[in-house]
Amino acid sequence: MSMAILIRLAMLALLAVFLVQPEVFAPFFALFTTRGAPPIYVQSDLLSLALNHMAIVVTAVLGATVIAVGLAVLVTRPNWSEFLPLSRALANIGQTFPPIAVLALAVPAMGFGNGPTLVALFLYGLLPIFENTMTGLSNLPPTVQEAARGMGMSDRQRLWQVELPLAMPVILGGVRLSTVIAISTATIGSTVAARTLGEVIIAGLLSNNIAFILQGGLVVGAIAVLVHDGFVALERRMSRRAGQG
Amino acid sequence: MIELQSLTKIYDGVTVVDDVSLTINSGEIATIVGTSGSGKTTLLRMINRLVQPSSGRILIDGEETSSIPAYELRRRIGYAIQGHGLFPHRSVGRNIGTVPRLLGWKQARIAARVDELLDLFGLEPGEFRDRMPHELSGGQQQRVGVARALAAGPNILLMDEPFGALDPIIRAKAQDDLLAIQRRIGTTIVLVTHDMNEAISLGHNIAVMDQGRLLQFAPPADIIARPGTPFVEALIGSEDRPFRMLALQRVRDLIEKGPASGPAIDAWANARAAYAELLWSGREAAPVQEGGAPVGRITRAALQSQAEKPV
Amino acid sequence: MSARPSLFSRLPDKLGVLIAALVAVGTMLPLALLRANRIVPGEALPIWQALPAFQAGILIVALLICVIASIWLRVPGLRLGGAIGGVAILLVLMGQAGGYLTPAGNDLARVSPAAGFWLLLFALSLTVTDALAKMKLRPIWRILGVLLAGVGLLLLLGSGQWDDLSVLREYQVRSAAFWREAERHLLLAFGSLSAAVLIGVPLGVACFRVPRLKSAVLNLLNIVQTVPSIAVFGLLIAPLAWIAATIPGAARIGVSGIGAAPAMVALFAYSLLPVVSNTVIGLENVPGRIRDAAFGMGMTRRQAFMAVEVPLAFPVILTGIRIVLVQNIGLATIAGLIGGGGFGVFVFQGMGQTATDLILLGALPTVILATASAVLLDAVVEISESSATRTMRA
Repeated sequence: MSMAILIRLAMLALLAVFLVQPEVFAPFFALFTTRGAPPIYVQSDLLSLALNHMAIVVTAVLGATVIAVGLAVLVTRPNWSEFLPLSRALANIGQTFPPIAVLALAVPAMGFGNGPTLVALFLYGLLPIFENTMTGLSNLPPTVQEAARGMGMSDRQRLWQVELPLAMPVILGGVRLSTVIAISTATIGSTVAARTLGEVIIAGLLSNNIAFILQGGLVVGAIAVLVHDGFVALERRMSRRAGQG
Repeated sequence: MIELQSLTKIYDGVTVVDDVSLTINSGEIATIVGTSGSGKTTLLRMINRLVQPSSGRILIDGEETSSIPAYELRRRIGYAIQGHGLFPHRSVGRNIGTVPRLLGWKQARIAARVDELLDLFGLEPGEFRDRMPHELSGGQQQRVGVARALAAGPNILLMDEPFGALDPIIRAKAQDDLLAIQRRIGTTIVLVTHDMNEAISLGHNIAVMDQGRLLQFAPPADIIARPGTPFVEALIGSEDRPFRMLALQRVRDLIEKGPASGPAIDAWANARAAYAELLWSGREAAPVQEGGAPVGRITRAALQSQAEKPV
Repeated sequence: MSARPSLFSRLPDKLGVLIAALVAVGTMLPLALLRANRIVPGEALPIWQALPAFQAGILIVALLICVIASIWLRVPGLRLGGAIGGVAILLVLMGQAGGYLTPAGNDLARVSPAAGFWLLLFALSLTVTDALAKMKLRPIWRILGVLLAGVGLLLLLGSGQWDDLSVLREYQVRSAAFWREAERHLLLAFGSLSAAVLIGVPLGVACFRVPRLKSAVLNLLNIVQTVPSIAVFGLLIAPLAWIAATIPGAARIGVSGIGAAPAMVALFAYSLLPVVSNTVIGLENVPGRIRDAAFGMGMTRRQAFMAVEVPLAFPVILTGIRIVLVQNIGLATIAGLIGGGGFGVFVFQGMGQTATDLILLGALPTVILATASAVLLDAVVEISESSATRTMRA
């Protein structure tokens, strides 16, 4: 087993222990507290916060994946190609919207709670996935497409059996990007009362407790790194299988 | 039998294929040769309707192809292209089984067919069935590409520069293998190439195309001896004509009785190779053997007479 | 078939039909929201109640023309003109609705754009975007376009047309603070960008030269990017407070635990990765044959670097700067959470008070700034690319 995998397993183990038994780490985080402030965030159960955090992220990214891949498939079909320049331009512009602004603008429409965060993460997640799906679908080897047509596959069969599987590593790259951004951006959701790990960081900011900020940041960072690496491993496996790696 | 009747294809006012008619008999190999832009690939792609003809008809065994849905037609016609076009995300076995699966064959029948084809193309099924395309050599990929095209046992196989991506040595071997397999299974083959040598050595009949028009459609010997137009003549090359004629013959058809010394020549070798051997070794005649047994001799004079323009 | 291209298409444009549907829904939805004060829920009013009959008529006719144009007009330039006209009329009339609905002398009542306005604006912007995307304007025209749009926006705001709308009501109450935070926001975004360029480009060059440094630096920067921004902002409070307290003079030059300093450092940390990695990629992508040619002509390492590698890598480095600028304009909003200032102040105050108008006062300038910088820098990148390829061919 390589060093890199060992480090990640250790990270995962630490993360799991911290979420279940955060008190174990109290001596470490006490180093960052002053005047006897609590070293560990106990107002909420960290594990349930983390689970809720990830539930929001996964829901938003799943929704974004279905819609973005669907749209990209649609505008790459000849019948709908007139939407192609527009969707490209929209994806480009949409990417420039700051996530915090999207989140803030969703609040008036949806009120406080998990809702605005879900919507903001969903909207912000659309773009990388859409862009990557477009790239994946438009960079397929032409001989493979030609062969698929020549063997008598219908348009639908070509899409499901050839185009989407071949574009999959690139599409997954987009999903990875969206997921990592969403994991990190979801913390801001706590400013509008979403139950995410951002709660811990914000509590630290409000009470001037570095230990809270640190543990919140580390937990979210660790989850993001692990998820990122998981996706990368999956993408590599897929493209190596297809001889593109 | 494939009948092309007055086929024309016009793209944006440009005539790419211009009123081409020809008939390819069952069990024969027809090669279509021409420079790039001659319309040869478009002509081929009209046969399986990857390109819709602007006018004209195509009949396969008397049936008009436009009456069959395009995808159904394509599943009945094998199609192999340059750079093989194998699906990189599917194993060799799954690649070969593509059309049978589209046709809804049972799993067991597909598996048996895949192994049969791998055997036919000299690829050990146990070893190659589950490999991914990128784990094969260029020559093996090309063979899998042809095997995939033949998977559902089509009567017709269309090939678009199938050997274009191979290096010369593997290429010659692949051509020989194709001829051997075609002789065994009797498929009608239409093969597009820009290489006159390939067209001559593979085709029962050769169609020469230029600027969308069919210049000549005839057996190799006719094309060499009586080129229909200056363009066909140029494509053959006046310096190479006698040697191309020789290349069409086998040594076994020119054997005579009598003594000869030196290393023997195989009866199945082509006459051009035999002539080269005689010139190089400075001999007037060489012994011929078939299956290791001496069967006579071959002489320079006999070979030279075959290189003359036929009357 | 006639040879002359016609102005109109025979078949309805699919996108046009979609836009027509959006406009139809937008016309039905309330245009404006009237509230007794800035917090309470209000009364949603459709076009024909939000505007005097004459103006309402103008708006509906204008929208109708835009719909017809987007369905049947084929020339992108004309569609663009029509849609821009539509946007202008919509914006001006929205301002009029403010004046019409606000009871005279009432400072508490708020009129704000409602769902219908936003949907109409979105639909018309779609037409504009689509026309622009199909026209494939040269970069210089795109830059001019952004500048013109900016001038148009300033004229609209300066003319007082919008003064009765709630967002501007919020602005009037705190105009001094608005400009102070705007300046701070730009300072944060551009200051951290400059620092990132000054440090990141040389670091990128070093990484390009020393492969072992490259993997170490890029891995570290990748990890920094995964830590949530608010945590990075927060975590910098402690060390900076410590520096301010222990290093003589640090506090005097503005280093402190709370405020702009941690925000600046956090933005800087986030900016480094795109700058460094794009510098490395840009240099790595210089074709080997061109590098060989430079050495073959007798250039020294330094001459080849300055005369060949830097100019050819420049567009890629510039792309990195574009990514950073857009990202920083957005992220600077978070500084509002830790006393660092910027437009985020209004966003977070607004969220705290459930005052939508205040949120908009912070979020709208951020979005406009980010989008405009993206369009501008994209154009600049394209110009630099074309001059780099010219160099390569020469």
